[in-house]
Amino acid sequence: MRIEVFHDTVYTYATPARAVTQILRLTPRAHDGQFIAKWRLDIDVDGRLHREEDGFGNIVHRLSVDGPIGRLAVQVRGVVETTDTNGVIRGGTEPVPEGVYLRDTDLTRPDEAILRFSRDVTAGATQPLEVAHRLLVAIHREVVFDVVPTHSATTAAESFAMRRGVCQDLTHIFLACARSLGMPARYVSGYFKRVDGVVDQDAGHAWAEAMIEGLGWVGFDPANGISPSDAHVRVAVGLDYLGAAPVRGSRFGGGGEELSVSLTVDQSARQSQS
Amino acid sequence: MLSRTADQIYWTARYVERAEFLARILEATLRLSSLPSNYGGAGTEWDSAVLTSGCASAFYKAHPYADEHNVREFLAFSPDNPSSIRNCLAIARTNARAVRTALTVEMWDALNGAWLELRQFDSKKMGREDFARFLDWVKNVSLTFDGSAYRTMLRNDAYWFSRLGVGIERADNTARILDVKYHVLLPETEQVGGSLDYFQWTTILREVSAHTAYHWVYRQSVQPWLVADLLILNRQMPRSLAASYDTIVRHLDLIADAYGRRGPSQRQARAMLDKLAAAKIDGIFQSGLHEFITDFLRDNSRVGATIAEQYLI
Amino acid sequence: MAAFDEMGLGNGAVRPAYRALKAWLDSAPSELLDLRRSQAEHFFRRVGITFAVYGDTQDTERLIPFDIIPRIITAGEWAILRKGLEQRVNALNAFLRDVYGPRECIRAGIIPAELVDRNPFYRVEMIGRKVPHDIYVHISGIDIVRVDADTFYVLEDNARTPSGVSYMLENREVMMRLFPELFAEHRIAPVDNYPDALLATLRSVAPEAGRRNPNVVLLTPGQYNSAFYEHSFLADKLGVELVEGSDLYVRDDVVYMRTTEGPQRVDVIYRRIDDDFLDPLTFRPDSALGVPGLMNAYLAGNVTLANAVGTGVCDDKAVYSYMPEIVKFFSGEEPILKNVPTWRCREPEALSYVLDHLPELVVKEVNGSGGYGMLVGPHATQQQIQSFRKKLKHDPAGFIAQPTLALSTCPTFAASGIAPRHVDLRPFVLSGADGIRCVPGGLTRVALKEGSLVVNSSQGGGTKDTWVLDA
Repeated sequence: MRIEVFHDTVYTYATPARAVTQILRLTPRAHDGQFIAKWRLDIDVDGRLHREEDGFGNIVHRLSVDGPIGRLAVQVRGVVETTDTNGVIRGGTEPVPEGVYLRDTDLTRPDEAILRFSRDVTAGATQPLEVAHRLLVAIHREVVFDVVPTHSATTAAESFAMRRGVCQDLTHIFLACARSLGMPARYVSGYFKRVDGVVDQDAGHAWAEAMIEGLGWVGFDPANGISPSDAHVRVAVGLDYLGAAPVRGSRFGGGGEELSVSLTVDQSARQSQS
Repeated sequence: MLSRTADQIYWTARYVERAEFLARILEATLRLSSLPSNYGGAGTEWDSAVLTSGCASAFYKAHPYADEHNVREFLAFSPDNPSSIRNCLAIARTNARAVRTALTVEMWDALNGAWLELRQFDSKKMGREDFARFLDWVKNVSLTFDGSAYRTMLRNDAYWFSRLGVGIERADNTARILDVKYHVLLPETEQVGGSLDYFQWTTILREVSAHTAYHWVYRQSVQPWLVADLLILNRQMPRSLAASYDTIVRHLDLIADAYGRRGPSQRQARAMLDKLAAAKIDGIFQSGLHEFITDFLRDNSRVGATIAEQYLI
Repeated sequence: MAAFDEMGLGNGAVRPAYRALKAWLDSAPSELLDLRRSQAEHFFRRVGITFAVYGDTQDTERLIPFDIIPRIITAGEWAILRKGLEQRVNALNAFLRDVYGPRECIRAGIIPAELVDRNPFYRVEMIGRKVPHDIYVHISGIDIVRVDADTFYVLEDNARTPSGVSYMLENREVMMRLFPELFAEHRIAPVDNYPDALLATLRSVAPEAGRRNPNVVLLTPGQYNSAFYEHSFLADKLGVELVEGSDLYVRDDVVYMRTTEGPQRVDVIYRRIDDDFLDPLTFRPDSALGVPGLMNAYLAGNVTLANAVGTGVCDDKAVYSYMPEIVKFFSGEEPILKNVPTWRCREPEALSYVLDHLPELVVKEVNGSGGYGMLVGPHATQQQIQSFRKKLKHDPAGFIAQPTLALSTCPTFAASGIAPRHVDLRPFVLSGADGIRCVPGGLTRVALKEGSLVVNSSQGGGTKDTWVLDA
């Protein structure tokens, strides 16, 4: 599928900031199921945009702008050609030893309830792939997608206790479960072309990947209850949301920050003509 | 030096100065309120103290009216008043602690000792006499701290920033007294020989510890316009606006010379001093004392902001 | 269990190094000793050498008790310790270079991969990166205990931000003021060159691109940190700026500090804040203590952090248990300093042994410090033992256990007079581009409660001056 992404993020500061620094993980890397046809990241003010690679192998841009800044827009335009690999990721960059992905983080540390849940729903499953699929199905069934009760710092345990959350929370729960069963797992941030035809979205998407013996990294999208397909554009990976966050920023001075996001993910016109 | 270090030295000096100022207000008000009512201020002296201290909005949020009891508590001890004497000394000490090595041992001892001793004062059990002793103690802390700075600090930028803090805070405090009391200084309101006004004027003089100085300078009985002249324009009077700006300009110049660069704070402070030097008290009264003071307070805090912008952040 | 007393208290024979001190103690009138003790306390109060105690809201600034009876180490003993410390710290550095680089020690089976990979202090950001001059641990504090005349053990490696060196220096300062006659009688190796040695070490590791006169700063979390006194003390002795995160900023991968004369470039940061708080854009996003973008400047090679990011992977207690093998692997030599025998509870056999012998053992959390999260079996209540049993079963890999050592004792002032109290020793070892520096001695910590083995200041421990006698 040829997927076109328009992703604009606009920050406004009621009191202008003296300086802004951001780390942007908004640029996908290629792998066997994903070819980057076009990708461009722009900012609308004078500043420095420096491209580098982070510890997980993600492409990051470091943005620094000297103030006073009242408004800052980050604009992403891209086209990616994807093929369905049944969620299996091959041909990517893997600088981090697998064992690192067994580590619990503050956002993914399981509590008793999650431990019990992950044991119960995988009981009897012998093959790693089956274990992961059972988790995928169970989390999708058990935890209701709901944007209201959680926020970016909600932990897996908190979200699981409410049985509610967004794609970030469901992914954290998946990671907590998989790791507690000794299966390396990681957070993926990216974009998702919705099957229902809705093009305008409020935020990017997130899902998980687990290391399955014999297959390598395999994707699991608990918010949709599916394996990632050619509708997914994979941008960055990390131990949790913080490691793969599209934007992490800080500013010096200023105040009254407001954020507006506009995002459309659509099948590219050229593709639909062919 | 680090901007933060300079900032903390500057604010240490400001808060110690402010604590002393509050002690002086309370002392003068106690005195005024102890006079028989036909000599005193018709019972509004505690309101006046609150206004002068600059905490009126916070005070009246917490109290329906001002009396000796609640004003004493609020201005001297209240943990809820960010500018109470107790908080001023605590904030000064916190600032000083962060830049310990930039201060001399004597300065640190003065503040740290005061902070430790402060915890032993129990406002609940304090009668008038004890309270007066407490106010004396506060003034002494300030004198000891300031004297230690004067006698022990190297004459470098650390010292100069502490003097700037004292200068800006003093100018602000003196102007605030004038702002609250300007109506008793106006020639129109003069009722010759009226005892009420007389005690108001002398209260002002006491608040800036200039009661004796007045007589040395003017050699005549207390006249309202001369009180204003002393507090605004007299460069010999250490707490006058003009003398404060003498201090500010001198130390900003020393900093500029040492760093080899002049900036907006030097220009603004010099302009303030020039304006004060050229002014005559008659002219100030003619174009409005209240307007003059309002402008001054605004300009003074602008100089403070410019100093912060140029050096402290 | 009779502990070895370093002076020879209790068994009649005074050890030679302590003879002169013993004679002096015997002859000094008790009023004089009392006077000196109160003078010492007065001195510490005056200089403001205090520490904050976690969870203590009443009086957040306390004095660490100081014992005026010095602890004495002979030149011969020190020579061995010194060599062993150098070997150990070199191995720590080699280990860190390796786990962030080729991972040979993992491939060679010296240490299980999961102890490295799953360690939260193994920083992904540092994998495959080089640090200036290949040195990770510039400042370390290696905790040493003694059990008899000849046996020293390393109890713990502190390779993140070890503290206590200000006490070493101030203890010596106060002792020289109060007991000049003792200093005349003994030939005591000086320690007051430590700040010079530290500054030289820090300057030696400035980035290659650094200027001829590198700008060194000390980064503190601020005055509410328990070790703030030490930070300000050291900055003062080093003659460097004591900065907080907000004093620094990064522009174009270069670190600057905000000064009254404008931005000034920073080359070396002696940081006394943990990795987690260094850079909110890379580590904890809620950290207000750090410098946004600092990691970029660091990874670009434009600033040196001392210690490096990610050194915590070498000083946790699980990795500790492999240190003898690690030393051997990287140096090709036998370790000069022994480890305390350690059961790794992650290994099932060890766990079952530990569970069966809890009342005799000391159990420690792998990532704990400061004497928190520790069980001293022989001194624990039945309830404490039960609660640790539960914790151990729940998370075996989170714990190690060691025999309860009969730590050596030193004569110490107690309410009842001079009595033996257990001690340890923390020497401070500096690694620079130009080699290892280590001032003789270190900080002796003493458990002031009779029979107590916990020397941590947060748990009622005190300190002593440590004398290394010249031969």
